[in-house]
Amino acid sequence: MSSTLPFVHQVPKNACVSEQIPFVEYLHLAPTPHLVAHQCTSCGARFFDRRNACASCFGTSFADADIATEGFVRSFTIVSFAAPGIPVPFVSAIIECDGTSVRGNLTNVTADPEHVSLGMKVRLTTYVVGADDAGTEAVNFAFEPVS
Amino acid sequence: MSSGDVWILGINMTKFGKHTDKDTVDLAAQAAMAALADGGVTMADMGVLAAGCLMGGGGIAQMIQKQIGQTGIPAYNVSNACATGATALRVVYMSIKSGECDFGLAVGVEKLSGVGLLSGGNRKDDGKTWNRFGRYGAVASTDGRIGTDTMPGVFAQVGMEYAHKYGGADFKLFAQISEKNHAHSTLNPLAAYQKRFTLDEIMNDMMIAYPNTRAMCSANCDGGAAAVLVSDAKLKTLSLEQQRRAVKISASVLTSDPYEEACQVLPDVNTLTRSAAAQAYAKAGIGPEDLDLVELHDCFATAELVHYDNLGLCKPGEAADFFKSGATWRDGSTPVNVSGGLESKGHPIAATGIANVWEVCHHLRGEAGDRQIQGAKVGLAHVIGLGSACGIHILEKSGL
Repeated sequence: MSSTLPFVHQVPKNACVSEQIPFVEYLHLAPTPHLVAHQCTSCGARFFDRRNACASCFGTSFADADIATEGFVRSFTIVSFAAPGIPVPFVSAIIECDGTSVRGNLTNVTADPEHVSLGMKVRLTTYVVGADDAGTEAVNFAFEPVS
Repeated sequence: MSSGDVWILGINMTKFGKHTDKDTVDLAAQAAMAALADGGVTMADMGVLAAGCLMGGGGIAQMIQKQIGQTGIPAYNVSNACATGATALRVVYMSIKSGECDFGLAVGVEKLSGVGLLSGGNRKDDGKTWNRFGRYGAVASTDGRIGTDTMPGVFAQVGMEYAHKYGGADFKLFAQISEKNHAHSTLNPLAAYQKRFTLDEIMNDMMIAYPNTRAMCSANCDGGAAAVLVSDAKLKTLSLEQQRRAVKISASVLTSDPYEEACQVLPDVNTLTRSAAAQAYAKAGIGPEDLDLVELHDCFATAELVHYDNLGLCKPGEAADFFKSGATWRDGSTPVNVSGGLESKGHPIAATGIANVWEVCHHLRGEAGDRQIQGAKVGLAHVIGLGSACGIHILEKSGL
């Protein structure tokens, strides 16, 4: 059986052609991976989820705003106990990206206090979380040190 | 002529720890009956009841009534994260302040023994095909994949953010805060844990979320606490002994978190605490330098440090030096968490915001036994509920 449709139920997990979707709606994969916030058009406050009115100024108009993909670590923790299925230890961090605070994991760095430091410069990167039964890959973001 | 003040007439906390033979209603009833007896009153006197049990579902207030006395009074079921107990207390305070009644009962209770790691996140299981859910349209739980929702991790970041902003705080300093609270707990027979740990033991304990090791995390346990409040006018009609033991609520303040840039990615526990503290000091006409003891929300060692600053116990940015000076040990200038704090006394969530008031009252009444802070006249009790809510009560000894 053959199909011209690339993404049907029967596509095996290891199919060469696979669709990729962002792990969360505020991650945009094209043209290059970056985060997009809903920015209040009145005061500039940025939100990664949807709001009925701005939490800061109560304005009701929002526009998409691209978030800088480089920043620095303003705070972090190294989590050793987490939900089932989450590899530990991992680094959770608050990244300041050109004035906008972003939450994410650090990657491509050893998860210990000798290798992670407050103020370290990082940039956004992506990785495949996994594929579902239809072969669709979910792509998540994380931050890696800028060497 | 009444001052319009509201007083604590009776108050009690159960032993915190593992109560395998009691459910939440048993523990709540035990604390409530003891608080009523402590105040020399009964359910027949109460004009209002407010109660909370955060993890136990709704209706705890009515369940308590059925256990100790159903009189038809208004009953409020309160839920406000870790500030639930303080919120119940404040509901009763407001009812009396408004003139609706002269007496009221506030109760907080929780059973948490063996619950394990607490998380605020969505733990929906990953499905067989990606489906978006939640406020961020995520295809699976974001907890652990986009930062952490676990409480030890969130509060680790709160402490590390302060360390980044002001310097002077590191793993060792956070562990030393925990060392202090565990040392204090050895004098508190109602604490869930009364074991003193060395700094090495704390730093080498199981790491939960750096820099918080297990010993630096609040202890999940069972417990209840209850308080009976009375109007100033009614108190004047009671016995001299009741008036002498009554503790004045000089300020009762509840705040929520105002908008701050980063609050969507890391809960801001600072701004609302600073605001609550400023309001409380203004209402009480008391400054932080007047406090004889403070019970603050050390849900994790990393949290205690930031609240020294938020409560104005030290100059802005100087919390690390303040701690290093020894000020917050029980023989220091501002003893903090002489009960042992949440790290050793335990943190049965909804009970905490009344249990910390009990601790302060115990000292103001001169009834704290081995751990008595001598001559204590004024104290402050603080809680934070993540999300966020902050409750602060300033308490003063009776002048009689």
